[in-house]
Amino acid sequence: MLVRLKIFRFDPEKNKEPDYQNYEIDADPMDRLLDCLNRIRWEQDPTLSFRMSCGHGVCGSDGMRINGVCGLACQKLVKSFKEEVLIEPLPVFKVVKDLIVDLGPFFEKYNSIKPYLITKTSLPDQERNQSPAEHKIFEEAIRCILCACCTASCPVNQNKETESYVGPAALVRAFRYFFDSRDEASEERVTLLDQKDGAWGCQTQWKCTEVCPKEIPVTKQIGQIKKRIYNTKHPKE
Amino acid sequence: MIFQHDIVIVGTGLAGLRAAVECVGQADVAVVSKVFPTRSHSGAAQGGITASLGNEEEDHWEWHLFDTVKGSDYLSDQDAVEMMVKDAPRVIYELEHMGVPFSRTKEGKIAQRNFGGHTRDYGKKPVKRACYAADRTGRVVLDTLYDQCLRQQVKFYSENYVLSLVSDGKRYGGVITYDLATGELHLLQAKAILLATGGCGRIYKTTSNGFASTGDGLHLAYQSGIPLEDMEFIQFHPTGLYPLGILVSEAARGEGGFLRNRLGERFMERYAPTAKDLAARDVVSRAILTEIREGKGISGKDYVHLDLTHLGEEKILERLWEITSFVRIYLGIDPLYDPIPVQPTCHYVMGGIPTDLDGSVLMDEKGTVARGLFAAGECACVSVHGANRLGCNSLLDLLVFGRRSGLTMKKAIRQYEHGPLSNVPLKMVEERIKKLFNSKGKEKVDEIRRRMQFIMMEMGSVFRNEEGLKKGIEEIRSLKEHYKNIGVIDQRRVFNFELMEAMELAHQLGLSEAILSSALQRRESRGAHYREDFPGRADRYFLKHTLVFETQKGPEVRYKPVRITRFQPEARVY
Repeated sequence: MLVRLKIFRFDPEKNKEPDYQNYEIDADPMDRLLDCLNRIRWEQDPTLSFRMSCGHGVCGSDGMRINGVCGLACQKLVKSFKEEVLIEPLPVFKVVKDLIVDLGPFFEKYNSIKPYLITKTSLPDQERNQSPAEHKIFEEAIRCILCACCTASCPVNQNKETESYVGPAALVRAFRYFFDSRDEASEERVTLLDQKDGAWGCQTQWKCTEVCPKEIPVTKQIGQIKKRIYNTKHPKE
Repeated sequence: MIFQHDIVIVGTGLAGLRAAVECVGQADVAVVSKVFPTRSHSGAAQGGITASLGNEEEDHWEWHLFDTVKGSDYLSDQDAVEMMVKDAPRVIYELEHMGVPFSRTKEGKIAQRNFGGHTRDYGKKPVKRACYAADRTGRVVLDTLYDQCLRQQVKFYSENYVLSLVSDGKRYGGVITYDLATGELHLLQAKAILLATGGCGRIYKTTSNGFASTGDGLHLAYQSGIPLEDMEFIQFHPTGLYPLGILVSEAARGEGGFLRNRLGERFMERYAPTAKDLAARDVVSRAILTEIREGKGISGKDYVHLDLTHLGEEKILERLWEITSFVRIYLGIDPLYDPIPVQPTCHYVMGGIPTDLDGSVLMDEKGTVARGLFAAGECACVSVHGANRLGCNSLLDLLVFGRRSGLTMKKAIRQYEHGPLSNVPLKMVEERIKKLFNSKGKEKVDEIRRRMQFIMMEMGSVFRNEEGLKKGIEEIRSLKEHYKNIGVIDQRRVFNFELMEAMELAHQLGLSEAILSSALQRRESRGAHYREDFPGRADRYFLKHTLVFETQKGPEVRYKPVRITRFQPEARVY
């Protein structure tokens, strides 16, 4: 089938205004959108730039805005598009070139939530015990591949006035450690997350949950962080 | 620009990151990667990591050792395997302590599952040895190690593609990188360099490997005079999702799934009466392709079915969530109710840069150490996998030998000073790029690469023979000639992937020739290397490691002995 793509272009070396370019490609309905982008690059226009790596939704490289919705190009099949496909870089982040954005600030925010297990008691010789029920609490959160689709889709992050919000991706990872029974830094994490730009930055607009390529219940997890902060600060008698 | 560090690690998969964690704080360490660290291909590993913890049932490292040696078709070095399997429980506990979210048993211990070739009591029946986190084990270990690096403020040069190793002929002293985001070239000077650049699966048309797995580190070493060991041993994973080649973890069979042909037969019962679907990967891949050759592929096509439908929704969604999602997205069918179409897919290279047990690179069959150069992970060959790697032994290899390389490098840098700084290596690389930019050649990367991938699939995959290998070598050489007239249209420096892929292709062509040449000389069948014209294993002649050297006249094949300690070669039956 013939696929028409309208792709955002920006060349920092020419430093002109961004532009859109149209391409046509004959593809199999079962091809991934990523296959189309690659074939454009290999067969028609080698100047087109985008990131990719694993090609099957595990590495998180090829997040982009596809017909206005953030997603992974390797997870979208050609057959699901009837009309022209509009492909743009992830919003929120600064465009470096074509579909490549600067994810530096994304990873700075990610790093700010202390994305690692913090323990204080001494370690046993073997593994620490954790029941399947305790593991299950954060099991969905460990699916996160840091593709940044959620943060790019978040209306709070998109708004210039509130863009300092740490964002859903960082909060998913915060949830993963906050709710891990092995972590011993609950107080520290409460202080870290109990901020206007921390968990409270979330306005429960569900965009993150809608776009997550790994079906993580992002908004719900942020809600649980908020609830735990509240309960910690307002202990029941 | 020029930067100085004590240690430069190339590659941010599990081996590279584990080495970095070992060195940070005690040495000035920098980590270079052509992709952002969490995009590394270790993240695509699904099934687990082996260790004889015995959390689910009795297990011993001696059994793990035997299985690995038998799995390797007796070509692994048994002292290296023994070291690895003895270290395995420590590795798992260490990961757990770092925070890796392993799946758990009812008692709260790390859960373990069956995997191909892992048995109790020296081959009697399958044993649960693979520690896992659902079917995303590689990804969560990668994330955890990356998080540890962030915590300890490891210096990363992300999206930096290594173009050259710097050596003064006596010692390796740095790498030249192309910084994709700025378009600049950097010289990273170092007293120790670790190559942890992963595999080269993208040489083949059908592969589970990511686009970045182009074997750059392997070929950079080869070009600089280091031989490559056992390159003829290329693993085809039995269950690649048809037709894309995406990995469908062996965990699917470990959890009780099985393979069926067009007639609905569980054909593995005929090929491996004891282990059945849990035989070693080379055995299962050959069985699948034999069924297909005999016309028993599904609808006469080149795939068979992997059936999970009897496992039940709870088990599938809890333990095999990722592969379920792949099947739903890419094929539009549901593994809860439909069998999954699978075919063998190029997955792993057993061979690589020869190293000793501590990660030092060895330059010849006498074991001369290359000063300043280390290797770990898939690009290295210790050798713990011999002629065929068992599932879940790979992550173990990365972590055991990543750490050991880190330990060695920390010590090694004390003996060295930085060499004198020179702009010459940078200028040489700059010239190479200019030459590519100025070339008026009409040859295209994509066309040559496609041809190479086709040739390697036809002549150098699961079934091989002399005629095919010779023809393959000839054709690859002809492609190398075509490559000389390659043209790069995009002349800009920032994120120039056309330039990067042109560089990658040169590595891929060189490695293709090394693989086929090594395969041509090995006139026997062993592990993943199956010769239709020599279908038996010939211990008398070929119980030895191949070393292939790059020379003016092309690849030169030599050999070195295998280290056998406990288990003498026996017939390999599953």
